[in-house]
Amino acid sequence: MLAVTLLYCMIHMVPGDPARILLGPRATPELIASMSARMGLDLPLPVQILRFFGNLFRGDLGMDVITNRPVADIVFGQLPYTLWLIFTAIVFAALIGIPLGCYSALHRNSLADRISGVLSVACITAPAFVVALYSLLVFAVTLHWFPAVGAGEKGAFWDQVSHLVLPAFAIGLSWIGYLARLVRASMLEVMGENHIRTARAYGLAERTVVYRYALKLAILPTVTVIGVGMGFLLSAALFTEIVFARPGIGKLIFDSITTRNYPVVMGSVLVSTALFVISTTLSDLINAWLDPRIRASL
Amino acid sequence: MIDVLRRITHEPLGLIGLILVILIVISAILAGVVAPYDPVALNIVDRLQGPSINHLLGTDQLGRDLFSRVLYGGQVALKVALISIGAALSIGVLLGMVAGFGPRWLDNIIMLFFDTIRSFPTVMFALATVALVGPSLETVILVIIVTSIPNYGRVVRTQTLSIKSNEFIRAEHGMGASLFRILGIHVLPNVMGPLVILASMDIPTVIALEAGLSFLGMGVKPPTPSWGSILNDGYTLIRNTPWPIIAGSIPLVLITLGFTFLGESLRDLIDPKLRKSV
Repeated sequence: MLAVTLLYCMIHMVPGDPARILLGPRATPELIASMSARMGLDLPLPVQILRFFGNLFRGDLGMDVITNRPVADIVFGQLPYTLWLIFTAIVFAALIGIPLGCYSALHRNSLADRISGVLSVACITAPAFVVALYSLLVFAVTLHWFPAVGAGEKGAFWDQVSHLVLPAFAIGLSWIGYLARLVRASMLEVMGENHIRTARAYGLAERTVVYRYALKLAILPTVTVIGVGMGFLLSAALFTEIVFARPGIGKLIFDSITTRNYPVVMGSVLVSTALFVISTTLSDLINAWLDPRIRASL
Repeated sequence: MIDVLRRITHEPLGLIGLILVILIVISAILAGVVAPYDPVALNIVDRLQGPSINHLLGTDQLGRDLFSRVLYGGQVALKVALISIGAALSIGVLLGMVAGFGPRWLDNIIMLFFDTIRSFPTVMFALATVALVGPSLETVILVIIVTSIPNYGRVVRTQTLSIKSNEFIRAEHGMGASLFRILGIHVLPNVMGPLVILASMDIPTVIALEAGLSFLGMGVKPPTPSWGSILNDGYTLIRNTPWPIIAGSIPLVLITLGFTFLGESLRDLIDPKLRKSV
């Protein structure tokens, strides 16, 4: 909430009247005054902020001054695209990263472990937009395996899936490395704990011990990390959406910034910040639900 | 210091990291000497060429030599990283120590400030700021400083809090030592180790952020070369030539790799306790 107030103040502290910018240099003073009144800019700043919050609680993010549509409609129309993209990227990263980390932990200090360690670091450091550019260059422009632009026809399932592959790869790649390292570290920790030794002592098969007992615990930190990493995911999604010209909240923010459409900038940054906060809280709750030790302490 | 350096070079990854970092730093510093062409000189006749003896990484849509642009782009990247991390580190240390040592209400205010900043996804915050203030290198640096302060501040605060209750600090206090003496001589050296590691791990993130913002056209103004703006040229020309993308991404990937490897081996050397947590 404080973040929103800060953002609002920031927007209004900058020199340059949004109404003036919107209407261009040739606007008459009367026109600017009427536009300011429509945008509520003629009121004192605290009143504006209060009004904004009042509207916010009613789910009203204001009106887009250019197209005259409610900002909430625009933002929530774009949001599913981004959520699907992030979800696919995480699933993709988890499917590769978790088994990789698991394998590395079980074959500690082997050649494969070392190679996967270095590769993980390399994956983590690659900025999402560079990966996006390369996958666009190689798989879309040169090889023509996947489409380069957009999100696919509405309703055409496979078309949408094929549009999702490259962006999800671009976002997911660094998470493969991230998850692999994380799972490796927590797996090593869990494997040394008493209950695993007990399970072994009971004569359970190694497979059962690893997959039913150890992995179940070792996966817990990944939930937290994904929750906290929502900010990185959203940032990566923003770049990828721009590179692939995909609809989504990141592209919306970028486009509205370039057209100086402040209500939309506010609305979309607000919604993505909310998403970030919600996912952090949610990951704590999921963690508590998954881990009986934390559940007991609540 | 020399001992740390020697031990880093004994590890293969640390050595690779160090070499990469030194290579890129030197090439950026010496860009004026090494670069074969002026990075902003137009040469329309030779535009969109692939690599050749004359142009090691080819040329862009205006015939500018990409190799020279990459070298000069390194200056921008390092400048941003040095200034912003240096400033964020100093402010973070100051605020963190004040929060850790000062009165409770001040601590609460500072922590509220940290939490507010951290509740924004960094890039969103950066974009919102750039949208308001206008794109420039200074804006990028400012945004990075503001968003990195909490990272350092929090570490310093935690360390200060844990040192504060030690007996030797109380003894010092009892003997009438001034606050500055306690903070400067006892607290600061104790927090420096983790901070150096944090900073060296932060450099790649900062460089990638600068490149990312410049890629979006929200960083340096053209025609100043930056790795991000070279990549942006590459993006618009993606159907004509792959070379700008390759030229812009090579140093970016190399330097992030270099600093990460270096940071990791530094961390392993200085602070074995931290090894487990990441």
